[in-house]
Amino acid sequence: MATIKSFFAARWGIISVGGFIGVSAALLQKWGNPGNMGVCVACFERDIAGAIGLHQAAVVQYMRPEIIGFVLGSLVAAYMFKEFRPRAGSAPIVRFMLGVFAMVGALVFLGCPWRALLRLAGGDGNAILGIAGLATGIYIGTLFLKGGYNLGRTTKTYISVGWLLPLSMAGFLILMFIFPQIPDSDKNGVLFYSIKGPGAMHAPLVISLIIGLGVGFLAQRSRFCTMGAFRDLFLFRQLHLFSGLLALLVFAFVTNLVLGQFKPGFEGQPVAHTMHIWNFSGMLLAGLCFVLAGGCPGRQLFMAGEGDGDAAVFVIGMIVGAAVSHNFGLASSPKGIGPHGIAAVVIGLLVCMFIGFTMRQKNV
Amino acid sequence: MDNTVDARGLSCPQPVLISLAEMKKVGRGKMFVLVDTDTSKENVSRAAKSQDWNIEKIEVEDGGYRIYLKKD
Repeated sequence: MATIKSFFAARWGIISVGGFIGVSAALLQKWGNPGNMGVCVACFERDIAGAIGLHQAAVVQYMRPEIIGFVLGSLVAAYMFKEFRPRAGSAPIVRFMLGVFAMVGALVFLGCPWRALLRLAGGDGNAILGIAGLATGIYIGTLFLKGGYNLGRTTKTYISVGWLLPLSMAGFLILMFIFPQIPDSDKNGVLFYSIKGPGAMHAPLVISLIIGLGVGFLAQRSRFCTMGAFRDLFLFRQLHLFSGLLALLVFAFVTNLVLGQFKPGFEGQPVAHTMHIWNFSGMLLAGLCFVLAGGCPGRQLFMAGEGDGDAAVFVIGMIVGAAVSHNFGLASSPKGIGPHGIAAVVIGLLVCMFIGFTMRQKNV
Repeated sequence: MDNTVDARGLSCPQPVLISLAEMKKVGRGKMFVLVDTDTSKENVSRAAKSQDWNIEKIEVEDGGYRIYLKKD
């Protein structure tokens, strides 16, 4: 156990996890997931919001087993290595709002940081703008951190607090078994299923779930975080997490080449638009929210799996944010940004400024 | 000399930020960092090594860890 522990805490551990995510994401596309969207935490949480009817965008409704797997895989790893630590109480309402606006920003770009890398690995040049925006947002976030930004301490709490999000995810999975997808039907029981669009494209349930569990397990061990990758680089000149991010990019790129999925260009890329300023700004907002909340969307799922109730609140915030984005025309589509996308990004940045400038403690 | 940094309950990267600040302040000698997650334990240890501090030992304390750091 100790050997495994130290392997994942070291450079090769994080590189192998990034590589595993890159390869499996590219394979998931081959097996049915949407283009350059083998895994996307933002898009998949948005699809889950649609599956339970929180929004009615018919093309993005599917209960994504990958997300369920991430949380449950992390839970298993946390228990196996005695790292399950139920904790909560560090400004949950702030984390909820950051989750909402992180999703708003991600859906203006059309992807979380993982998908930004996967889009680049698939040849989508628009992702360069998104990644640049992400890095800029994270850099701004580090300035807040240097200025004393802090959401306060969590406290230890009941084990059941840490179990609530994993149990919700298990519940979602059970719903999928009770109300499975019926071909050419957009609903079964309480679950909505897309019959066209990205929501209709998915790998077989069992494969998605197994890969999700595997990623969740490994990422819990290695603390894989795309936001932390940039943040630690900017704050401490430290490359540890960044090497994982690079591994994801390189391994996804190579797998795409092998599978014939690499198609370079800006126009006509899958589930993407070419409005550069908004690709940049959407991810800038998302990146800033991730820093202020202490993790990228994937990392928040893994932390929720190891008992962090505040990370769970961020996750719920993202799911609600997805519903808000689609109900109020904030989310982009391949045609371009939504009618109120610009206003939402501006409001989101103002909210981040309010949070970042006012929540400072000199002595915690 | 008892320079203790209490980083329990703080989310990333606060434990590393306040530990590095303390290392800078102390300069050399001994100090302790209290953390409550394995992630923070690893991050603080990594940061300490990067500043040439030795990790003398890590003890389990109150469901978390006490990290003993030393620099000659």
